[in-house]
Amino acid sequence: MRGLIEDDYVTDEGEFVINIGPQHPSTHGVLHLKVWLDGETVKKVQPHLGFIHRSIEKMSESLSYRNFIFATSRMDYLAAHINNEACALTVEKGLQLEVPDRAKYIRTILAELTRLQSHLLWWGCTGLDLGAVTPFFYAFREREYIMEIMEETCGARLTQNFMVPGGVMYDIHPNFQKRTKEVLIQIKSKFQEYDNIMTGNVIFENRTKGVGFLSKEDAISYGVTGPTARASGVSCDIRKLIPYSAYDQVQFDEILGTGGDCYARYMIRMHEMKQSVSIIEQLIDNIPEGEFQAKTKNVIKLPKGEFYQRVETPRGELGVFIVSDGAASPYRIKYRSPGFSNLSALPLMAKGGKIGDLVAIMSTIDLVIPDIDR
Amino acid sequence: MFLKEYFGTIYKSIKSLLVGMKVTGYYFTHLDEIKTEEYPDNRATLKMFDRFRGEVVMPHDDNNEHRCTGCQACEIACPNGTIKIITKQEILEDGKKKKRIDAFVYHLDLCTMCNLCVVACPSDAIVMAQNFEHSVYDKKQLKKILNQPDSKLMQGVE
Repeated sequence: MRGLIEDDYVTDEGEFVINIGPQHPSTHGVLHLKVWLDGETVKKVQPHLGFIHRSIEKMSESLSYRNFIFATSRMDYLAAHINNEACALTVEKGLQLEVPDRAKYIRTILAELTRLQSHLLWWGCTGLDLGAVTPFFYAFREREYIMEIMEETCGARLTQNFMVPGGVMYDIHPNFQKRTKEVLIQIKSKFQEYDNIMTGNVIFENRTKGVGFLSKEDAISYGVTGPTARASGVSCDIRKLIPYSAYDQVQFDEILGTGGDCYARYMIRMHEMKQSVSIIEQLIDNIPEGEFQAKTKNVIKLPKGEFYQRVETPRGELGVFIVSDGAASPYRIKYRSPGFSNLSALPLMAKGGKIGDLVAIMSTIDLVIPDIDR
Repeated sequence: MFLKEYFGTIYKSIKSLLVGMKVTGYYFTHLDEIKTEEYPDNRATLKMFDRFRGEVVMPHDDNNEHRCTGCQACEIACPNGTIKIITKQEILEDGKKKKRIDAFVYHLDLCTMCNLCVVACPSDAIVMAQNFEHSVYDKKQLKKILNQPDSKLMQGVE
């Protein structure tokens, strides 16, 4: 730790070294960035991780296939549903279990609601990082309605743990459909407000347009996924490429940008919110009747082998890799988290820019630090 | 040409700021649109949803009877070792020996409210309560024994 933080403040080349984080509001968590500066120009950025490592992968090796799912809520806590779903899908893949249609629909609706609330929080935080405090309150107002849906149906606001191998834990709450439709109308009427207050704003445009450029080739070679890669023109939406749950039943567009800068990444997420609303609208009235959970054995044992499942979280591609030796708990679990790969492209994007741009880039990559460290 | 562009930018900039100010101005003058509730003051009206997970409790009926048979399914289902069930041998009226719970120990400080114990319970003995105000001065108070003193197993539950 000493070596990381207390270095020479001025290098032989005359570059000034500062440490941003691990306790800094703009890093959105305990991320430590060591930045080499020439005046205000960023020469080099080095992220240091490990401040919130909780060893979820190792811990999962001693838990049963039913129990290890709850810990993934604590990885990307803004997309807990989708993390849980990824784990459940992997276990189902190992068991070759067919999930009832009702469960698939409920999963998809909840996943899209999760994406919506995650993007809303990101929108508020981006405003906060770039100096606008007001959007944060407006974003949280709409997010609160979604949180109430989660609370009513799943029982928790952030760490829902609603997905179980074979389906969902409970059937949807009787109010679920009515409340969701109300919230969708509410959110749709606010999109114009969001555009008015942030998108067209002159200060915001000047701080994001042409800032933090990431080319298509670099995005692919660094393994960047999600809206960050789609802003550079890489088609990587898992929901489209390898549909899981009920995504093959709905019509939606994969939003692709060409700019590759902060503004493009911003616009991709703004459009994705509208796509999420349209996906939920297509599904909410057509939830099929039937079982919400497939029958599973009391003790789940996966056959010997390796199982991998990819899903699309609000930040990019999450992969769950399970190695099973036939026992009641996994032999090895590996999570391919989107945040880790997206962060690896940060030094490239920030190089040559100003230090203020570094904050804009970090907020538009949408980093969630517990997702990076696990 | 340069001047036109220069003043055009100024016009556009000021307009974009005013469009944003209009939104904040609207909420400044429409106080009934504000949805904020101030938490400790609204305790009387604050009602949590039925499924909200606050803590694990064991419901008892009027005769001080619960439904827990001591099968330890919840103990196995818990990922964190939150639940510990201590059993005892009890001699019933007809002289038979039966396993009964002595203490259902619940460590609230270890609980993540994942609901897996409630799902695992075959006799619906434990449920999630909606109480969420758990602060105490001493963490020993977070270790709870859920079955009440002198409570018995309900008739007909096996």
